[in-house]
Amino acid sequence: MSTELQQPPFKSGVLRWIDERLPVLTWAYNELVVYPAPKNLNYWWNFGSLAGIILVVQIVTGVILVMSYTPHADLAFDSVEGYIMRDVNWGWLIRYLHANGASMFFALVYIHMFRGLYYGSYKKPRELLWILGVIILLLMMATAFMGYVLPWGNMSYWAATVITNLFSAIPLVGEPLVTWLWGGFTVANPTLQRFFSLHYLLPFVIFAVVFLHILALHQFGSNNPLGIDLSKKDKIPFHPYYTVKDVFGLCVFLLVYGYFVFYAPTAFISPTNFIPADPLQTPTHIVPEWYFLPFYAILRAITFDFLWIVPAKLGGVIAMFAAIGVLFFVPWLDTSKVRSARFRPIYKWFFWLLVIDVLVLGWAGANPPEGWYLVAAQLGTLYYFAHFLVIMPVLGKIERPLPLPTSLSDPVLRGTRSQTAN
Amino acid sequence: MADSAVPHDQPAGSSRRDFLELVAWSTFGVGTLAAIWPLIDSLNPSAAVLAVATTEVDLEPIEVGQRVTVMWRGKPVFIGRRTEEEIEMARAVSLDELRDPEPDEARVQKPEWLIVIGICTHLGCVPLGNRSGEPRGQWAGWFCPCHGSHYDTAGRIRKGPAPRNLDLPPYRFVSDTQVLIG
Ligand code: HEM
Ligand code: FES
Repeated sequence: MSTELQQPPFKSGVLRWIDERLPVLTWAYNELVVYPAPKNLNYWWNFGSLAGIILVVQIVTGVILVMSYTPHADLAFDSVEGYIMRDVNWGWLIRYLHANGASMFFALVYIHMFRGLYYGSYKKPRELLWILGVIILLLMMATAFMGYVLPWGNMSYWAATVITNLFSAIPLVGEPLVTWLWGGFTVANPTLQRFFSLHYLLPFVIFAVVFLHILALHQFGSNNPLGIDLSKKDKIPFHPYYTVKDVFGLCVFLLVYGYFVFYAPTAFISPTNFIPADPLQTPTHIVPEWYFLPFYAILRAITFDFLWIVPAKLGGVIAMFAAIGVLFFVPWLDTSKVRSARFRPIYKWFFWLLVIDVLVLGWAGANPPEGWYLVAAQLGTLYYFAHFLVIMPVLGKIERPLPLPTSLSDPVLRGTRSQTAN
Repeated sequence: MADSAVPHDQPAGSSRRDFLELVAWSTFGVGTLAAIWPLIDSLNPSAAVLAVATTEVDLEPIEVGQRVTVMWRGKPVFIGRRTEEEIEMARAVSLDELRDPEPDEARVQKPEWLIVIGICTHLGCVPLGNRSGEPRGQWAGWFCPCHGSHYDTAGRIRKGPAPRNLDLPPYRFVSDTQVLIG
């Protein structure tokens, strides 16, 4: 597909002159206009382009925020809550777009990932495409975590303290490593300044990885709800068919995003973050942003020493990172040859159980790790790993998939044929 | 020139070229590490951070049973003037009941003065109990609300996820009423 490039129909000689020397227009034309996409993509295929759009929104609003933000422990809080929110023209809008944009970004990407899990989009030959996606998720997490520190509210401060302290669990090098991360003996101004630098840098790294992600996607083309390989006649050009569909999806998304920005702008911001950072006053209940809650629950679920050698604190950290790490291996953990859950009668149910499991983990993560919350977190963690490490490999071997159609027109034709036969 | 070239019939793996390649790569590797080190080390605490590394505290105004918080290297340090009863409690416990066994005597220079870093050894919250009215946990020391760690009157971990006793800062008494932390 990506081997034979089509020439864009140039109207302007200048553009042709440029493109002959620097074929960016040919490239864009082939990736965004002629790109042959499956006819049968449903709305779950909108979330990738939406995530790309919100990434651009984050970069644009972020670059503008930086023009009024002061990355210093004594001044950061006032520059956000005082200067940007009250004095800068439209500062409130730009900040709320950025703060809520982060939540929207995660919501879109999580849906995008579950879509991949349902339709088996990670399977051969799209393994690297999936792995690049997991890398993007990790980069997003780092970016959002460091961004959350920048307003230097009390939750910013203590979230930074608790999360960086995780690394102190590593034997031997833990303590010096944490001092190195902080640039001091606590989270303080040096920490804020380096987080600021990285928070500016990482989105551009994400941007570059997104390019690789799309390069890998266009190598074999999009998967589709049937999960079968499609021939040329089952594909249509990306423009205008999917550009229009993506714009419609964007309008719906903007309604949701706009609702939060204009009617519930602080829904995702902890009240504690309206108090300036106070190194002497730990909030009684430290909770991360909602998009980290399932992982936070896994971190705190390990309250026991593991096999006598791994202390609980280290065990929790390992489990939390493993929860993301296991995603890298999904293309090989799933042993089924069939991609789409539509033709996998049992996997389909386990898929929804995983969705519920992640929601339960999120709920447990939002609550203190005691009593039933702790039990829920522990069972949820166990099930999460069982899904990927036991259910996926075993199910692929024992499940009998439904018969697969050979092309898009095939199920329709067979349907009519059997009708006439009746 | 021609006779200095590597003969074609030399056995594989022992040529001068292999050796030179090895030397070149090692030099390159060591050089790269040496060049990266300043970049990495620049993130460690700077001279300015290290310079403010001692704190002097006047103990005169602290009454028996009172606890105060001072800052040392940006960290809270708890200074407690313990009551007879608190000292007794800390010394009565047998060491094998403790997760991080340390006798009280090893944690204080003068029994009356307990000086510990006020940072929970679990994930770094500041435990409650240093201000009057705050909960002090089941062992009358400190209680960390973040994940529920209880510390006793010697700052030792008794219950909860924290792995270690509250750390001790380096300090010395410069006089009977002055202590230098750091
Ligand atoms: C992947 C894209 C990004 C994500 C997920 C993200 C996330 C966040 C989050 C969660 C916050 C805290 C918001 C709050 O509570 O107020 C934040 C703040 C901030 N971000 Fe970003 N960000 C991204 C890109 C950028 C970029 C590219 C820049 C600059 C070039 C930037 C500059 C800032 C600044 C200056 C703040 C502090 C002001 C504030 O708190 O609103 N961000 N970011
Ligand atoms: S930080 Fe104190 S119990 Fe976790």
